[in-house]
Amino acid sequence: MKKIFKQALVATLPVLTGYLVLGFGFGIVLKANGFGVGLALAMSVFIYAGSMQYVAIGLLSGGASLLTVALTTLMVNARHLFYGISMLEQYRNIGRKKPYLIFALTDETYSLVCGGEPGLPEKERNNYYFLVSLLNQSYWVAGSLLGAGVGSLIQFNSEGIDFALTALFLTVFLEQWLTAERHVSAVIGVAASVGCLLLFGRENFLIPAMLVIALLLCICKEND
Amino acid sequence: MKIWLSVVVIALVTAAIRFLPFLIFGGGRKTPKIIEKLGRTLPYAIMGMLVVYCLKEVHFTAVSGFLPQLLACLMVGVLYVWKRNTLISIVAGTVCYMLLVQLVF
Repeated sequence: MKKIFKQALVATLPVLTGYLVLGFGFGIVLKANGFGVGLALAMSVFIYAGSMQYVAIGLLSGGASLLTVALTTLMVNARHLFYGISMLEQYRNIGRKKPYLIFALTDETYSLVCGGEPGLPEKERNNYYFLVSLLNQSYWVAGSLLGAGVGSLIQFNSEGIDFALTALFLTVFLEQWLTAERHVSAVIGVAASVGCLLLFGRENFLIPAMLVIALLLCICKEND
Repeated sequence: MKIWLSVVVIALVTAAIRFLPFLIFGGGRKTPKIIEKLGRTLPYAIMGMLVVYCLKEVHFTAVSGFLPQLLACLMVGVLYVWKRNTLISIVAGTVCYMLLVQLVF
């Protein structure tokens, strides 16, 4: 267990950086909008979706209707559908931890677990997924609590540090690229996203991009 | 009160999205072939989509709108292909990006 914990800790270090900083930023903005540490804690524990929590601050302080809140959440988090579909087999017989593993499937956690952990025996692999998920959420919760609690006291020019998450996704993308035999799926992902970004703009491109990606992957011959 | 209700709604909708595929295809039933295929091919496409999503603020109306991202991504990419070490790539790329946006552009 100790070895697995160490392995999970090392794997999640990039997320530690990113989540502490982004969580911290979330806490600061939440506080600046007149909300407290309790709300930061509740949101990071029960919602646990980075970009949605940022969007939520605007909705909460603007007094948006519950319907608007629900629809916005649907739009912002729709991409999580993909993570579930692609983790169906990997998480199928994983036991008691399964509900938490599904709940905690953020972009970053997905990027760490989607490749499996082929070096580990099955039992330990499940513990590994669980520890990665739990560590990541604990970073996020810690960051948001610190931000809401003492954020206004700390002066540190952190501009640009959120690039850590871009870099994380880029390294996972490259690793997949270097190990895959065919690249059709990766190319579809990038091309459809860039195409929809140009066509629909940065606020609205994600859902059309998902539809195009799903459609193209379905009609393409097996391409992994 | 409405604040807390909103938080509950966001939490429920988010969880519903995450659980939905497992609820539909998770049980004892056989997963349809097309979903299995999607499950196998999606990871590659998703990571590409996430990279684009992270870089969506890039614009070409000024040098500062794309050059820091481009240089930092190159740094990450070259280091990764060379060393195959996630942490080195991420730290170097992020430090490079922070220096660029804070000091240069």
